[in-house]
Amino acid sequence: MRDLNEKATQAKDKKAVLGPDIDLDAFTADPVAHSYVEDLTKLPEKDRKRILQSGVDASEEGRSGTYFQKDTAIVHADSHQKGLEVLPIKQALKECDWTKDYYWKLVSVDADKYTARAELNLHDGYVIRALPGSKIIYPVQACLYIDKENLSQYVHNLIIAEEDSELHVITGCATSPNLKKGLHVGISEFFVKKNAKLSFTMIHNWAEEMMVRPRSVGMVEEGGLFLNNYICMKPVKSLQMYPTTHLVGKGAVSRFYSLLVGSPGSELDVGGRIFLKSEDARAEITARAISNGGRIISRGDLIGEVPGVKAHLECRGLLLKGGLIHAIPELRGLVDGVEMSHEAAVGKIAQEEILYLMSRGLSEQEATATIVRGFLSVDIPGLPAQLKAEIDHAVEMSEKEMM
Amino acid sequence: MLKIEDLQVKIGDKEVLKHIDLEINPGETHILFGPNGSGKTSLLMTIMGYPQYTITAGNIFFKGEDITHMPVPERAKLGIGMSYQRPPTIHGLKTRQMVHICARKEIDVEKLAAMVNFSDFLERDINAGFSGGEIKRSELLQLMAQDADLLLFDEPESGVDLENISLIGHSISSLLQRDYKAAPDKTHKQQRAERTRMGLIITHTGFILDYVTADKGQVLYEGVLSCRSNPQEIFRCIKESGYEECVKCAI
Repeated sequence: MRDLNEKATQAKDKKAVLGPDIDLDAFTADPVAHSYVEDLTKLPEKDRKRILQSGVDASEEGRSGTYFQKDTAIVHADSHQKGLEVLPIKQALKECDWTKDYYWKLVSVDADKYTARAELNLHDGYVIRALPGSKIIYPVQACLYIDKENLSQYVHNLIIAEEDSELHVITGCATSPNLKKGLHVGISEFFVKKNAKLSFTMIHNWAEEMMVRPRSVGMVEEGGLFLNNYICMKPVKSLQMYPTTHLVGKGAVSRFYSLLVGSPGSELDVGGRIFLKSEDARAEITARAISNGGRIISRGDLIGEVPGVKAHLECRGLLLKGGLIHAIPELRGLVDGVEMSHEAAVGKIAQEEILYLMSRGLSEQEATATIVRGFLSVDIPGLPAQLKAEIDHAVEMSEKEMM
Repeated sequence: MLKIEDLQVKIGDKEVLKHIDLEINPGETHILFGPNGSGKTSLLMTIMGYPQYTITAGNIFFKGEDITHMPVPERAKLGIGMSYQRPPTIHGLKTRQMVHICARKEIDVEKLAAMVNFSDFLERDINAGFSGGEIKRSELLQLMAQDADLLLFDEPESGVDLENISLIGHSISSLLQRDYKAAPDKTHKQQRAERTRMGLIITHTGFILDYVTADKGQVLYEGVLSCRSNPQEIFRCIKESGYEECVKCAI
């Protein structure tokens, strides 16, 4: 641990490769006290409504566990199902020896100043773990909430699906309705072990002046499946992330889906990178970006390192009301016998499609909304219906604001 | 009734329809012949109200209303429906949803889809990767749901394989209330008298005539409508001597 601290200290001002540089000292990382809440339905209504938009239900109905962090403090953490562990990471580091086998094992602590500061200023974060063979059918919900103006929130999360387990996680990150400015740095490390299945769905609802720097890396072992869904449809000042996954076991599969909306004044630089390092590995990255006047850079990178792997990258961008969409799809085949492809398209809604729908009786506005909804509706095989409904709900909520 | 009076239409600077007069009475179906580029599709698109077709003179009346400058969705609601030759794909919009959009009310989608053998396609994105015959069946399904009074068909037999042509032909016939078998207890005369739906069918090959009876045929040639006559006769004339000669004989 001393070693981590040393590395972090050295990298604490190291600029990131991508995204506008942020002056971290302009924010305060001082802990903010909030008391633990046994019953989440007792939360103020405005908070409950706000987190619900990110898929986190205070009633905990249809959820197998909950982690709720407000600013820097744990408000609630529990598991309702055998075989599922939901713990604050600080507690886990203290009490569970095995935590050390995962902490900073995939993300480098000295990758950039955001990772470094997350070590130096660690507020908390969650450890969600499905024990071997446990099928956690209902999703676990996690919420990282920012209430204090100008806070920099540093969290570190570990998500572990042990051998033969199944785990679904929905994470909502949100700010309280009156908050304007803040910074969120979230480190996430995903471990999908042999024949395990993990779906991770993250819905972001930020404020207009929020800066966001998630850093996540996953690893999938033999026969494992990792679905990584990301939805960000609300305004945010600057978001930069490039989640990466390593497929290290035979037949490991990973699929990334992202839905992005760039509002005026927002700058989103979002990518997905998958290393295919093992026999029969499969990867798919699907991105949908809509600009309403914001700037979106949509990256994708697939690296085929052994023969016989298959990977596909699809990036579609829709310019609705100006703005910019920059699609950067990349494929790297390092050996013979890899099968990799990509398709990228950026444009506006085709008039022909609008008129087709209008000739069936829809107004121009209804036709446009229908096409946008279609554009954002991607089928995600393997995702529980309940989570699909959460994604649809998030799309619907922002759709109204977009049109 | 659809009534078109001295209609002139341009796309950009190009004149595509010249002094068109056309009248389709309730219960009537007309066949429109014409070579590629003669303006057939332009006529249908103008009736549907597509904005790139600029009406420079003349009027279109439907059900007694002047619809010359009526927006597209208003026309659809008034009862005009179109079966496209090459409709666009809309990703993420399921065929089932599209059928609901057309219906504007509660309908039994499954039942309608079964009628055009399209049940397996309801969860597919509309027109995505559809074959020629699948496109036509999807368009028919949408028209059935829309329950329109005037049905415009743009080359309903193009790109359709032999297996599908009979299904599509019979479906069009029944949509246009021309399938006598639909009501076996009524005489043909009775059925003709009760017929209200109007049809305007563009055909290039004439194959559709094997399945759908029509009251009148017309030839559209270089933007001019001519040869009002029995559709079978016109078709025979075109087959024997070509469009140019056929139009000449009429003049």
